[in-house]
Order: sequence, then structure tokens, then C-alpha cells
Amino acid sequence: MEGLFEGKLVRLAGIDPEELSKGFARWSRDSEYKRLLDSDPPRLHSPKAIKEWLEKHHDEDLTNSYWFAIRALEDDRLLGDADLTVINWGGREAFVGIGIGEREFWGKGYGTDAMGLILRYAFTELNLRRVSLNVFEFNQRALRSYEKAGFQLEGRQRQFIQREGRRWDLVYMGILREEWLALNGRKAG
Amino acid sequence: MLDIQTPLFEGQDIRLGPIDHDKDPEVESKWTHDYEFMRLMELKPVRPLAPAMVKKGYESLEKEIEEAKNLFYFTIRARADDRLLGKAVLEWIDWSNGNSYLRIGIGSGTDRGRGFGAQALRLLLRFAFAELNLFRVTIVVPEYCQAAIALVRKFGFIEEVRRRKALLRDGRAWDLLSFGLLRSEWDEQAKK
Repeated sequence: MEGLFEGKLVRLAGIDPEELSKGFARWSRDSEYKRLLDSDPPRLHSPKAIKEWLEKHHDEDLTNSYWFAIRALEDDRLLGDADLTVINWGGREAFVGIGIGEREFWGKGYGTDAMGLILRYAFTELNLRRVSLNVFEFNQRALRSYEKAGFQLEGRQRQFIQREGRRWDLVYMGILREEWLALNGRKAG
Repeated sequence: MLDIQTPLFEGQDIRLGPIDHDKDPEVESKWTHDYEFMRLMELKPVRPLAPAMVKKGYESLEKEIEEAKNLFYFTIRARADDRLLGKAVLEWIDWSNGNSYLRIGIGSGTDRGRGFGAQALRLLLRFAFAELNLFRVTIVVPEYCQAAIALVRKFGFIEEVRRRKALLRDGRAWDLLSFGLLRSEWDEQAKK
């Protein structure tokens, strides 16, 4: 299918370990990026250590993990990454994670555009039945973006993470195949 | 009343114990051939395992416990004769935020409905909150596991997440529920 990987603002591209590890190393020095993405205490890994981890991770789980670089259409700049991990082929469900590392691209629709491409890939190429995600309640920008992409709120694990002296919920969202098809004006098939 | 002499691993009819590499593989192998048990215990497609493969599984499990340090695995055994009844697991422990996931299974159909699971759950919750000092415990369970849902509700767990149609089984889609219990809620109950 033409244009499977191209949106309005971004395109999905293959991972280049050398390039992405440099990106991760630089983005991770922005602690806000790290804390929006992960409940682990942030670490500052070297590009070399990240590259080794990334090559191992990329190769060992090719049948379950679909991992993309997110690039700006205007100048092909690397903005971030997105990963779709099928947790159970029998149930045809995947969890998606997405991160825009370049801070000047936050809140401008780049992440939402990339998520639209990921969902199209999930439902028309991998033929999944549903896609899930979770997000910290303090990540309001991401919550709005996921709603725009069509995700429904499915609940919240109360007081899941401790940050800045208080506890915050972990919000769960999901989108079913039939919901995505209806949103995108396609017939079930 | 909890004090230093309160036994952590002793229930009324059961106790939590280690794996017995000689005797347990035979018993657990039978469980993996029991579709009913596996549907209650596992979210992945059922895969029957010969005793030799169960034994191998124990070895890699013990290696994982040693390396990852975020997993506690207990067998549930009868106090009377040390017979293997089931397993009780605390996994994916996130030490910096105090999170954990809990799983309990009673292997044989004839041992279910006798209160063994409830006794194991009581011990494992006390272990999670009073020994490991965790902040919250999560249990994930398919909507068709009615006995498990009734049990966790009795212990004060609150339904927090409902992943719609996340599990395909017996030709239909089932919701996957997630229940949570906070240490403050467990404390309240322990006082009663």
C-alpha cells in the first residue's frame, strides 16, 4: 500500500542504531523527557551503552516488536521513536509506546500524526484487534494526543508512581479495531 | 497483632515454601495439561509441559530471581503433609515506586474452593506490605474468573482498569480486569 509510512507532518522509518542511540543519549539529558516516558529513576547512559542495548533489543524480538524512528517530513530530522509490542498473537493485542525527544516539536501535532500511522500499521498490516497504552496522569499533553488519535479511557491504577512528593495514577487507554475502522471510514475486514 | 514472632509463611492449613526440584515437576506437569487451571492462571495460550520441561522452567525461574531481584516465588503446600497445592508469586516489583503484581493459583480442581487461595493471599499481602514495605499490589484477572474476582473484592481490592475485549478464548472476547490494593487500605483492614 502506498503511503503506509507517511503522515501529514512525519513519517515512520527504520531504526539506525548509531543515529538513534545518539538521539536517545541527547534527549535523556532532558529529565522531563525521561520522566514523561518512564517510571524508572532516570539514568544517563553513554551513546555506546545505548547502542549496544538497542542492537540487542532490536534483534532479539523482531516477531513481537515493531519499532520505528519518527522523522519530520519537512527536513527528515529524527524527532523520536515509537514501538508497537504484540503481547499475545492469540489475542492480537499490542501495547504502544511513543516519545518525541526534540522538545521544540512538543504540542504541535507531530506525536499525534505519528500515532495515527502506528495505528494504521497495527490494524491494516498486523491485523491486530486492539492496541493499548498507559500514560502517567501528569502527562496531560500525551493524554490529549491519545484521545485525538481515538483511544478510549479504560481505567487508572491509583497512586502508581511517586514524583515530586506525591503519588500519581497510571492511566490505561485502548482502541479496538472496530473503533479505528469507524473513525477512519473503513469497512470491517 | 503483627510482631517479630508472627510467622510469615504459616497459614491455617497451608504454608508457603520453596520449590522441591525432585517432587514438584511431576505435579505441576499435570496442572499444565489441565485446561481449566491454565485458563484461570495464564493469559498466554495454554502449553502442556512434560515434567522435564517444568524442571527446566524452575531452573530458569531461580536464575531470574537471582539476577532480576524483583520477583518472589513461593509454592503453596499443605501443612499436614507438605503436598504441593499451588503457587503464589509477587512479580514486576518496582522498588522505587513500591509497585508489584500478584498471582496465586491452586493447581488441582479438588483443592479449589477450600480456602487455600484465601490463606495464601492473606500471607502474600502481609509479606508485600509489612515485609517488603510496598505501596500497592495489582492483580490482573480475566472477567470469567468469578471465584478469583469475588476473593480479591473480599480482600478490599478495587477494580481499576478494564481492558475491553483484550482476551480471546472459547471463540469470544473477554475483558481483562486489573484490581489494586493500597497499603493504606490494607492497614485499615488489618486493624479490624
